[in-house]
Amino acid sequence: MPKKYLLQGGRFIDPSTHTDSILDILIVDGVIQSMKPSIAPPSDCEVIDLRGKLVAPGFIDMHVHLREPGFEHKETIETGTLSAAHGGFTAVCCMPNTNPAIDDESIVHFVHSKGKNVNNGIVDVFPIGAVTKGRKGKELSSIAELVQAGAVGLSDDGAPVYDAEIMRRALEYASMYDVPIIQHCEEPALVQGGVMNEGLVATELGMPGIPPVAEEIMIGRDVQLTEYTRSRYHVAHISTAGSVGLVRDAKKKGVRITCEVTPHHFTLTDDAVRSFDTNTKMNPPLRTQTDIDAIKLGLRDGTIDVIATDHAPHSLDEKEVDYLQAPFGIVGLETAIGLAITELVVTKILSLAQLIEKFSTNPRKIIGRTIETREGELANLTFMDLDAVWTVKTSRFKSKSKNSPFEERTLKGKAIGIFNHGIALVY
Amino acid sequence: MGLSSRHLLGLDGAPKSDIELILETAVSFKEILGRPIKKVPTLQGKTIANLFFESSTRTRISFELAERRLSADVVNFSASGSSVSKGETLKDTARNIEAMKIDMVVIRHNAAGTAHFLTRVVQAAVLNAGDGCHEHPTQALLDMYTLKEKFGSLEGLRVCIVGDISHSRVARSNIYGLRTMGAKVSVCGPATLIPREIEKLGVEVYHRIDDVLPKVDALNVLRIQMERQAGGLFPSLREYNRFFGVTKDRLEKIDHPITIMHPGPINRDVELSADVADGPHSVILDQVLNGVAIRMAVLYLLGTTQ
Repeated sequence: MPKKYLLQGGRFIDPSTHTDSILDILIVDGVIQSMKPSIAPPSDCEVIDLRGKLVAPGFIDMHVHLREPGFEHKETIETGTLSAAHGGFTAVCCMPNTNPAIDDESIVHFVHSKGKNVNNGIVDVFPIGAVTKGRKGKELSSIAELVQAGAVGLSDDGAPVYDAEIMRRALEYASMYDVPIIQHCEEPALVQGGVMNEGLVATELGMPGIPPVAEEIMIGRDVQLTEYTRSRYHVAHISTAGSVGLVRDAKKKGVRITCEVTPHHFTLTDDAVRSFDTNTKMNPPLRTQTDIDAIKLGLRDGTIDVIATDHAPHSLDEKEVDYLQAPFGIVGLETAIGLAITELVVTKILSLAQLIEKFSTNPRKIIGRTIETREGELANLTFMDLDAVWTVKTSRFKSKSKNSPFEERTLKGKAIGIFNHGIALVY
Repeated sequence: MGLSSRHLLGLDGAPKSDIELILETAVSFKEILGRPIKKVPTLQGKTIANLFFESSTRTRISFELAERRLSADVVNFSASGSSVSKGETLKDTARNIEAMKIDMVVIRHNAAGTAHFLTRVVQAAVLNAGDGCHEHPTQALLDMYTLKEKFGSLEGLRVCIVGDISHSRVARSNIYGLRTMGAKVSVCGPATLIPREIEKLGVEVYHRIDDVLPKVDALNVLRIQMERQAGGLFPSLREYNRFFGVTKDRLEKIDHPITIMHPGPINRDVELSADVADGPHSVILDQVLNGVAIRMAVLYLLGTTQ
C-alpha cells in the first residue's frame, strides 16, 4: 500500500519559484502528488500539522566534517547525518579531511553508500573530493574519477591549496566538469602558530594571532587565478570584512566566485576567547564586530551566497586541554538554523526567502544538486518554527561531539523536522 | 579586609584596592625577611603545590622560598611538557593533585589561560605564576613594589617597558597593574615585537629608545629571547643592542637619573649593558628580594581568606 503524508497548513516559501503561500502538500511514496491551499486528507494518510510553521525546500549544509573514515571517535556518518537531520538538513556535503582522505573514488563510494545505509538514508551525503593527493598540496588527485564517482566539489579543506601553480591547474582541470574548487583561504606563512584573530583581544591575552590578511591574500590570489583560467571558485567559511569586499568586487567583474559563511562568524566576536573556552577556537578564528557588520551586509546584498556550518566535531578529551593545544573547530549542525533566524531574520537583515536561498537554493546550485518542489517531484523539505524560543543544551545534541560555544544560549526559531526520500522526521 | 578574589590570575581588571592591599601587606613581610629568623607560622598546615609545566628557576625558587617562610608544606611538580606528551591532560594532572588535598596551586604553563582553566577544574586557590604570553601578576606586583619603594608613589610615575612586548607576560601584567595605579606607561621595541593595537590599552608606543629616555622615570628592560631572531622578528642581537640596548652612553645623555629594572635573567650587553645592570640606578637585586615578599603577601592573603 502506498505511504501517504499530508503536510497541513504550513507556510511554504520557495525563492526559486517566488512562492510564498499557505499550502497543503500531499505526498505519496515520497513524491509530491498535490500542493493546494486545501486538500482533504485521503484515507490511510498520516497528517502532519504544520499550521503556523514554515516549510522550505530541503536545507543543505555544504560544509560538514563527518570524520569517517578515520576519526570515528569524533563523529561517524551515522551520527553526523542524524545530527544534520535534527538540525533541519536533508543533505550535507562532507569534507575530505578523513583518514584516508577522500582523494580516491573508492572512498567516495564508501562515504556515499554508508550515507544511504544509515538513518534510512534520510540525509543525502554528497562527498567533496580532495584537490590534491592526501591533501598534501603537491599533486592533483584523480579529479575526473572523483567527480564521476559522485564528488560534488573539490577541496583540501583544513588546509589551503597553497601552491599557486597547483591551484591554477586544479581550477583548469575541475572546470572541465563544472565542479567548484572550495578553498580554505589561508596563507600558511602568515598563520604559523596562530590560535585566534590577531588584534586587540589577542594582544591583551598574549595569544599568537591569525591576521585577517592571511585569508584575504589567498582570496586575492585565487580570484586572479579564477579569472585567468575562467573557472569556478568557492570561498569556504569567509570571515573578514576585507574578504567580503574582495568577493563583492570579483563578482562585479564577472568572476565565477561564490562564498559561504558560518553561523559562528556572524554571531560571535573574538571577545568570546576571553573565556579561554577552547570551544571558541576555530579556523578561521572569530573576528571583530567590524567583520560581523561586513558579513551581515554581504549576506544581505548577495555577496555571501551560502550559510554553511563547518561542523567540526572533536571529542571532549581533545578539546579539554589548554588553548594552544586544542584542535580548531566546533559542531554546528544543530544550532545553525536557530542562530541564523535569531541573528539574521529576527533582526531583519535577511528576509525568509533570502534565508532559504542561503540554506537551500544557492548551495544546491553551487554543487549542482538542485531540487524542485512541485507536483511529480520527490518531496525534499525542511520544517521550521520561527517563534519557538529555546535554549541550546549540548547534552541533547545527536552529534557524537558536544564542542559548541553556544551552550545555554537562548535562540528564537528552530528546525522542527524534515522530509526526504519518503520519510518524515518530526521532532 | 581581604582580596576581592580567591585566586590571583592576573592584573587585568584587578581592583586598585587589591593591588594596594598586596603592596601594603608585602611591606611587613619584607621586614620579616630582614630578621635573623625569617620564618613565620602563618600558613602552617596548608599545602601548596607548585605546578611548573614550563622550565623556570628564579620564579620557582622565589615561590618556594616564600611558601617555606610562611611554614606551608610544599610539593613541586615539574613537567615541562613531559606528562602532556605521555598523554596525561592538564585536567588529569590537576585533578590528581587535588585528590591529594592541596590548598593552593601555583601554576606556570606555556599557554595563556591555563590558570583560569584550573579554577574550573579544582577547588584549590590558584595563583598564576605565568601563563604563556598572557600574565605574570606576581612579577608585575614586585616591579610595582620596587618602584613604590623607590619613588613613594606610582601615581603619575612614567615607566617604559623596553623589548619584546609581543611575547611578554611581564609587560602585559605591568601595563594592567601600573595603569590601574595611575602610572603613565609606554613601551619601546622593534615594530615586529610590539603587538597590534596595544595603544588601545592606554600605552604610548616608541620605536627609538633615545626618544623615550628623556620622558621616563624608570625602565623595565625585558629579556630578549634568542629564538625570536630565528623566527625572523629581528635581524641580529648586535643590531638589537645598537638600536634598543640600554647603555651607559645613552643614559648619560639624559639630565635625570632613570631607575633600571629587569625581570631576569639578563642577557648582558644585549638588552642591558653590564655597567648599567650593576650601576647605581639599578634596582634589579631589590626586585629579587621584593619578589619573595610579594609572593609571601599574595600567598598569605589567598591562604587566609578562604
